[in-house]
Amino acid sequence: MPEIRLLFADIDAPDLPTLEGYRRRGGYRALERALRELEPEELLEELEGSGLRGRGGAGFSMGKKGSFLPRGDVEKYLCCNADESEPGTFKDRELIWKNPHQLIEGCVIASLAVGATYAFIFIRGEYSEAADVLDRAIAEAYGAGLLGESILGSGCRVELVVHRGAGAYICGEETALLDSLEGKRGNPRLKPPFPAIQGLYGGPTLINNVETLSNVPHIVANGAGWYRRFGTEQSTGTKVVSVSGCVQRPGNYEIELGIPAREIVYELAGGPPEGRKVKAWFPGGSSAPVLTEAELDLPYSFEAMAEAGSMLGSGAIIVADETVSIPALALRTARFYHHESCGKCTPCREGTNWTVKMLERVVRGEATPMDLDIISSVQENIIGHCLCVLGDSMAMPVGSMVRKFRDEFEQAIEEAGEAAPAPLEVTGDGPGVPVGAGI
Amino acid sequence: MSADRREVLPTDELTAAERRELIASMRPEDAEEVPELHEVDIPAELREQIEDAMGRYPQLRSASIPALWAVQRNYGWCSPEGIRQAAAVMGVTPGFLSSVATFYDLFRTTPTARNRVLVCHNISCWMNGADELTEAFCEAAGVDPHKADHDGASSADGEVFIKGFECLGACDIAPMAAINDRYYGPLDPGDAATAVEQLRAGAEVLPGRALAGRRAAGGPEGAPDPRVAEAKEGSDA
Repeated sequence: MPEIRLLFADIDAPDLPTLEGYRRRGGYRALERALRELEPEELLEELEGSGLRGRGGAGFSMGKKGSFLPRGDVEKYLCCNADESEPGTFKDRELIWKNPHQLIEGCVIASLAVGATYAFIFIRGEYSEAADVLDRAIAEAYGAGLLGESILGSGCRVELVVHRGAGAYICGEETALLDSLEGKRGNPRLKPPFPAIQGLYGGPTLINNVETLSNVPHIVANGAGWYRRFGTEQSTGTKVVSVSGCVQRPGNYEIELGIPAREIVYELAGGPPEGRKVKAWFPGGSSAPVLTEAELDLPYSFEAMAEAGSMLGSGAIIVADETVSIPALALRTARFYHHESCGKCTPCREGTNWTVKMLERVVRGEATPMDLDIISSVQENIIGHCLCVLGDSMAMPVGSMVRKFRDEFEQAIEEAGEAAPAPLEVTGDGPGVPVGAGI
Repeated sequence: MSADRREVLPTDELTAAERRELIASMRPEDAEEVPELHEVDIPAELREQIEDAMGRYPQLRSASIPALWAVQRNYGWCSPEGIRQAAAVMGVTPGFLSSVATFYDLFRTTPTARNRVLVCHNISCWMNGADELTEAFCEAAGVDPHKADHDGASSADGEVFIKGFECLGACDIAPMAAINDRYYGPLDPGDAATAVEQLRAGAEVLPGRALAGRRAAGGPEGAPDPRVAEAKEGSDA
């Protein structure tokens, strides 16, 4: 199964990042059509009709999200989420770096559809090289009248600003992104109100991922019906999948949604090094519950991944082969979320901390089998109990690893030793707490 | 709170009673004030950059992160004096900007060595040898690997700062590192030693190993999909 390149068409052409190179390949024709032939309402219908689902992780219908914004004369905003920080994900980086105008065109069309005059691209601070490319492309677009007071003389105004973040995974969460863009610490907000009603500066705000917005020009240029011919009924279009970990050819591959995951991992990415087997894989970034080797035969689509108890998420496949220790992988995963927890909600702040400490005990061989049950119960107590899903994003994969590879955790504990398990420290005013479990 | 304030008020060592007394003594008029522009000696270029950022947003507070980036570019880190200068330009308290600076991993609130190496230690890089890579960088720079991996550590000569970092979004070149904001990978321990040597000598770092210019992975070549071709014909018509 070869790649199907829509967003990645001519991706390595040296002139693609320039306005001239992008236009030569049909670029900005969708914007002209959006300005001259379609009313904002029709644009939203086209996007909803295409079945395009958000590519940032949640997979919500883009057109529907846009239609939630109130109509009428109120200051509205578009935010492009380019904070791409989900471990294993690097598709937006390549899309921005190599085809910035595709994203700019998508931002402008989406702004016209919802009536936003200010659009922001929130790009993670680490991507300074890609942000430089974007800055140059935006300057070109302003120069050509594709952005600014009156786009292509239409009287419609869209201003586009690149906002460089400063290193915080949480800012990829949409309400934390808004706080950060307002100049504050990136703490998530209580929802509702959802950003579509009350977002940036209190105004209605549409927030979409880079890849989602990069799809928009293709849909508007060729029609919703054409777009639906790619993918499955519930997962239309193509997906840029980032494949990494234990594979021979890691990288971004654009595939039609619904092809077997095995084809992505083996045929495109080359599978694990010669002679090794896949042990576990994350289908959608490190927040997705892990799947097993047998589950590689599932179709790679939003619905199939959800049915298997995981998620397509950001479309990042991370492969662990049989040389990787699952308890060590769980620890590495948990450490990340512990580091990135903003600390606002107790279950996440404390739960990620405890999970790391308990997994350290497992890996060091100081745990007891009871600790595995405590780890599982901590995960259950995080899920659904916080303002945002950062805590859940640790609880889901770690919980899945303990569930699916429990024998490996037990073996790690057993092997570590005949060494006596750490004693319980019994205090006068509470239940016994395993020493080192994080108090 | 800035470091110098903490020296004046070592609240960490107060007893509960002393702490209560201190809180009771606080008055609204003691609150930190917004510094006046004439009170700070801000370089003209820095002021211009911050004012420029303030003009880009509908609300000026949105400029706090760009302002801190400007401070860090100018001083090498978000120094208390730099933060005070930015606060004066923006009309906010230094405390507000400090609260922002300390939240984000890329803002340095302590001075570090001149060149900065961030080594990714997240899962994809870890499975491909990130720990060995970090150790090699640390050995070459002469810093403690444990400290570098957690908080970052600067070499004694003030040339190289090494820090373990969370996923930098370049798992396709695992194991990788960001050296002075540019991405390099895949790297082996030998590359780490070479890179440190080049940084110390002020030479170009790892020529040919940068992510910039790397081609997309690309699967096996197949016939072009007819549906894609159809779209192109349609848009040409």
